[in-house]
Amino acid sequence: MELRAQFEQHIEVHKYPWPAVWGTAFLAVLVRAFLPVYFPNAALLELPLLVTLYFALSRRNPGAGLLLGMGIGLLQDSVSPVPIGYYGIAKTLVGYAGSSIGGRLDVDHPISRFLMTFAFFHFHQGVLVLIKRVLLAQPEALFSTRLLLASLVNAGIAVALFPLLDKLRKAS
Amino acid sequence: MRVIQTVQRPLILLATVVLAQVLLLAVQIKRGDVRLIRSWAVWVLTPFQRAGISAIDGIGTAWNSYVSLRSTRQENEKLRKELADLKLRTAHLESRAAEADRLGGLLAFREANAEVPMVAARVIGAGASESSRTLYIDRGESDGIHKNMAVITPEGVAGKVLEAFSKSSLILLISDKDSGAGALLANSRTFGIVRGTGEPTVELRNVVNDQDVAIGEMVLTSGLDQIFPKDLPLGTVASVEKGNPFKLIRVKPAARLDRLEEVLVLLTRQEIPAKQESGATAAAPEKKQ
Repeated sequence: MELRAQFEQHIEVHKYPWPAVWGTAFLAVLVRAFLPVYFPNAALLELPLLVTLYFALSRRNPGAGLLLGMGIGLLQDSVSPVPIGYYGIAKTLVGYAGSSIGGRLDVDHPISRFLMTFAFFHFHQGVLVLIKRVLLAQPEALFSTRLLLASLVNAGIAVALFPLLDKLRKAS
Repeated sequence: MRVIQTVQRPLILLATVVLAQVLLLAVQIKRGDVRLIRSWAVWVLTPFQRAGISAIDGIGTAWNSYVSLRSTRQENEKLRKELADLKLRTAHLESRAAEADRLGGLLAFREANAEVPMVAARVIGAGASESSRTLYIDRGESDGIHKNMAVITPEGVAGKVLEAFSKSSLILLISDKDSGAGALLANSRTFGIVRGTGEPTVELRNVVNDQDVAIGEMVLTSGLDQIFPKDLPLGTVASVEKGNPFKLIRVKPAARLDRLEEVLVLLTRQEIPAKQESGATAAAPEKKQ
C-alpha cells in the first residue's frame, strides 16, 4: 500500500474538461500569432508555454502533460516560420517535466508559480537552443538580456493568468 | 511489475513522441517543409485570425472616427481662431505698411526741406465736440511748439496749433468753422480767405465775380495771416458759382483731413520753397466761370 502510494504521484489532482483544455491551448497559440501584429512587444509573451506549464503542473499527469505539450508545440510550429517539431519537442519536454514536478511541490502559491515559470521558461529556451545547434546546426544564443526580461515578464503574467485558468477546474 | 509499468509508461511515451518529432525534423531538413501540416494548421487558425482582425479593425475605426472627429472639431476651432488672428495681424500689418508709407512721405518732405525747422507729430486723438474739427497731437511746448504755429502734411496745409500743452497740442483744422487762412489763387494770384465750414470742403471767400476762377486751380497760402508761410498748398477749386457780392468758391483741401495720422508742425514762418513735383504747382484749369 505504501509502495503503491509512493508511485501514484501521477494521479491527477485537478480535473479539467477536455474542451476547456484544448480550447485554451488553441486560444493561446492564436493570441501568440495574432497579438504581435498590433503590439510588437507582445512577442515577448509565451502564452503557449504558460498554458502547457499550467496544465502540466495542475493535472500532474505526465502522459497527458507531454501530449498536450506536443499538441501545443506542433500547432505553434505550424503557424511559425520554424520546422515542425521545433517547439513541439520543447513543449513535450516541458509538459512531461512539469507534470512530474507538480506532484512534488506546492504549485498553487503565487511565488511558487512565479519561480516555476521563470525556471521552465529557461528550460524551454535551453531545449530550443539544443535543437537549433545540434539538430538544425544553426547558431543560437543561450542567454541574453532580452531573454531574461522575457522570462520575468512571463513569470509575472503567469501569476495573473494561472488563477484565471484555475476557474476551468471541474468541481470535485 | 505493475508499478514499474506505471512509471515507465510515461517515459516510453515521452521517448516515442520526442523521437517522432526528431525524425520529422530530419525529414524536413532533408526533403523540405511539411506543407500538409502547416496547411491544416493555417486552415484552422485563419478564420479566427480574420475574425479577430476584423473586430479589432472595426473597433479601431470607430474609435479613430470618434477621436478624429473630436480632434477635427478641435482642430477646426483652432484653425478658425488662427484665421481670425491672422486676419487681425494682416490688417495690422497693412496698417503698419500704410503708416510706413506715410512716414516715408513725411521723412522725404523733411529731408527736402531740411533748412525749415519742423517737428513731426502723431495724431493721438480728436476733439470731443461734434461740431468742431480739432485733433490732438503728441508734441507740445517741450518740443518747441506754440500757439498759432502752422500744421502741415506733405500734401498741404492741415491747420494750426490752437493750444500747446506740455506734451501735447490741440490742432484746429482748416475745415473747422472757426478756422481761416490767407489764400491766393495760384494762376491769377488773386487774394482771398479760406474759411472752414465744418464740412469736408472749405470756402474761398472775397473773390470778386469778375475774377476768372478755374475748377481744379490750385489755392495756396498767401502768408498775409502771419501764421502760414506763403505758397503752401491749401487745396484745389472744386466748384465755382456766381454769388453776391463775391463768388461762391468751394475748395477741396490738399491735405487728407479725414485721414490724418502724422503731421508736421512748422516751428517757423520761414517760407518753404515750392518744389516742381509737389502740389504747389497749379493744376490745369478744367473750366472757367
